Order: sequence, then C-alpha cells, then structure tokens
Amino acid sequence: MRHLMSPLDFTVEELDKLLDLANDIEAHPDKYAHACDGKKLATLFYEPSTRTRLSHEAAMLNLGGSILGFSSADSSSAAKGESVSDTIRMVSCYADICAMRHPKEGAPMVACRHSSIPVINAGDGGHQHPTQTLTDLLTIRSLKGRLGNLTIGLCGDLKFGRTVHSLIHALVRYENVRFVLISPEELRLPSYIRKDVLDKNNIPYKEVINLEEAMPELDLLYMTRVQKERFFNEEDYVRMKDFYILDAAKMSLAKEDMLVLHPLPRVNEISVEVDKDPRAAYFKQVQYGVYVRMALILTLLEIEV
Amino acid sequence: MENNTLNVSSISEGFVLDHIQAGKSMDIYHYLRLDKLDCCVAIIKNARSNKMGKKDIMKIECPIDIIDLDILGFIDHNITINIIQNDKVVEKKRLELPKEITNVIKCKNPRCITSIEQELEHVFVLTDPEKEVYRCKYCEEKYDRKNH
Repeated sequence: MRHLMSPLDFTVEELDKLLDLANDIEAHPDKYAHACDGKKLATLFYEPSTRTRLSHEAAMLNLGGSILGFSSADSSSAAKGESVSDTIRMVSCYADICAMRHPKEGAPMVACRHSSIPVINAGDGGHQHPTQTLTDLLTIRSLKGRLGNLTIGLCGDLKFGRTVHSLIHALVRYENVRFVLISPEELRLPSYIRKDVLDKNNIPYKEVINLEEAMPELDLLYMTRVQKERFFNEEDYVRMKDFYILDAAKMSLAKEDMLVLHPLPRVNEISVEVDKDPRAAYFKQVQYGVYVRMALILTLLEIEV
Repeated sequence: MENNTLNVSSISEGFVLDHIQAGKSMDIYHYLRLDKLDCCVAIIKNARSNKMGKKDIMKIECPIDIIDLDILGFIDHNITINIIQNDKVVEKKRLELPKEITNVIKCKNPRCITSIEQELEHVFVLTDPEKEVYRCKYCEEKYDRKNH
C-alpha cells in the first residue's frame, strides 16, 4: 500500500505515468466515471481549505465514489483531544482512502504509520503540499508540452512559500531547467534550498528583485501570495504584501507563450485585468488539480481502467 | 613521590568506552539511560590522553546485550568501544552514524506534530551522512547540534 507524503515519493517515471493518466482522464472523463463506484474518500481537514478539500472531493465524485469527512478540527474528535493515530485507525474502518490536512507538520506521516488505507498529504503546515506540486507539474506539462528546457520565474514569497519549495524539488529532476528567483530581500529563497537543492544539482539560477527585468526571459511565471500568517508584525506584512503586482503592462514584456501560474487564492499580486490574457493559466491549473487528484486516487487504490 | 594514579578495577563483562570527549561522559550516561540500569558504572573524567589532551572514560559492567550502543555513533563517532567478556577485550567496535534514532533527541520545531501529541516517538533519520545531518521523520526539521 502506498501513501503520498511528499512530491518526491514518485520517481520521474512513476510521475510520468501519473500525469499520462491524468491527461487520459481529461480526454476521456466518461471512461473513468464509475472507476471508484462503491469506494469512499475521507477528507480529514483539521484546518479550513476550500480549494484543496473541494478538489479532492470533486475528484472522488467524478470517479463515481463517495465522500465523508470533516472540514475543521472543531467539528472533529480532535476537539476532544483524540490523537491523529487514533483518528486514522477509526477512519480506516469507514473509508478506502483519505486526504488529510493538518496545521502541524508531519501529522499525515503519523497517520500513514497507523493507517490501513492510503493517506494523501493534503498539506501539513508549512511543510509539504504534494498534490499542489502534482497539479503544477500537470499544468506545466499539459500547456507547455514538457517539464524540461524551461526558464521558470518564481515570484513573491520565496521564503515561506512551501509550494515554491516543493516545485523546485520536483523540477530539478528534469533537464535544462533554470530558475529566476524574484523576491524582496526579506523573502528570498532560504539558503538550504539554494545550496542543498539548486547548487547540489548544478541548476542555474539568479536572484532578482525587479519583476519587469525578469519578464522577457521567462517561459513560466509562478506567482505566490505573501501570507499574512507568516509575519510576526503587521507593519512588515503591509510593506511586503503589494511588493509585486502583475498587471497588463508587465505582461506586455513577456514572451507570447509564457504561462502565469498561481497556487491561489490570489489577493493583489495578480491584477484581475490579467485574467483575460490567454497566458493566464491559474484557473486552468485548478481544473488540472482535479484531474491529477483523480489520477492519484486511482493510482493509490491500484484501480486500472 | 605523590601517586596521581586513580585505580578503577577491571570488569569481567561489559563495555569500556574510551576516547570520550572530555566532559561528555555524563551526557552519555543519560543517553544510554544507565540511570535506569542496576549495574556498576565507573566514570572517569578528564583522564590524561596523548591524543586528545584529556578525555573521559566509562566502564559499564553489565551483560553485553542489554545496552544499545548504536546511539554513541550519533553522539560522537570517535568513541572507541571495547567489549569485554571473561575479563578480556573480545571486540573493539568502530562506530558508524545510525540511520535512524528513536527517542534520543527531541524535535524542537514548535510546528511539528510531536509538539502536540506527547505519546509520539521522536524519530530522527540520517539524511546526509557526509554532513552528518539528521532530520525529524515527521516534519523534516534539521537537528541542530549547537542549539541542543
């Protein structure tokens, strides 16, 4: 039995297979409409997350399965002090697979050690969010046709943004990838990722503060939100939150086939006028998130169609 | 002439831990949970050493299968372990970094699940043998020797 804890749990070959399956689901949704008849997905969300929970639930419903679960710790037995390991033992009796989001890092790892059903890490604090990375990879591969030979701009909060960290880990496994790291000085990519991941794999990268300057060379721009909850004081947050605003003027500097991705929700960092631009791929990304989670559920349940 | 030699009698079965960094023997005493064992332990602090200047030595008299010494590799892999049986050194053990250590060090990441679920084992995994990096199995926080 397999679980998904980190985006690197899959080898490049396994990942290719998963993304192929997701693309087949996209092309032939009817073929998969009853693949999970009689199966149940439990969504154990100890903290609210509209998109990730709904995306997992939509994925299971699209496959003909059913869903059950809770959407905050207050409405679960965690409020009574039940441990993650006890909860997962109980849920293993009710469902065939589960997706867990927890504010504490490593909680899904605890769950998978006591679970008799596959556990999907749907985000654990600032640690991992592997299904977002799978979503990003599927979006890039589907819309660019490749995961290698890309110049990728990562913009915004590169210090605390776990989606950015996971994406870097995943993309360095492909050939001829280079990064342009666009952030204010205070939100630079942590040195352990620069040294242990980029330098170690001889991945070319440069760090810049100015977004306009970076735009012309990018094949892909991955925008992130500056998250209020990561700051200890309001003043720093206010200073940082509108540091980057992607608008039509900046888009005019970009290649015609550049893509803009964002893990969402966005606040001010992408102006709504960009939504109309065909290069804005962040809402398509949401749709790919459902396909990749469908492929993931089928893979972890070992269901072949 | 004044006699500066301290005599600690030999042991018939157990371990002699030599080349312990001076002053670290009490840490090892606790890591090995020797306080929980009903056995004879001699701790020699600041013994003279040609190689190290000064060093600590420990003699532990006990059946050789009741202590897990792998953890010493994590604490200091320069320690020499002499295994004694029938009054003789039967093996000199070289220490290696253990791949996984359980309940020896604690994860100090306040965001780690171990910070709220007290009954969980604290497991650290060796992720970079070259740099001797251990990470929490759950949250992957790096264990920082300097701050512990």
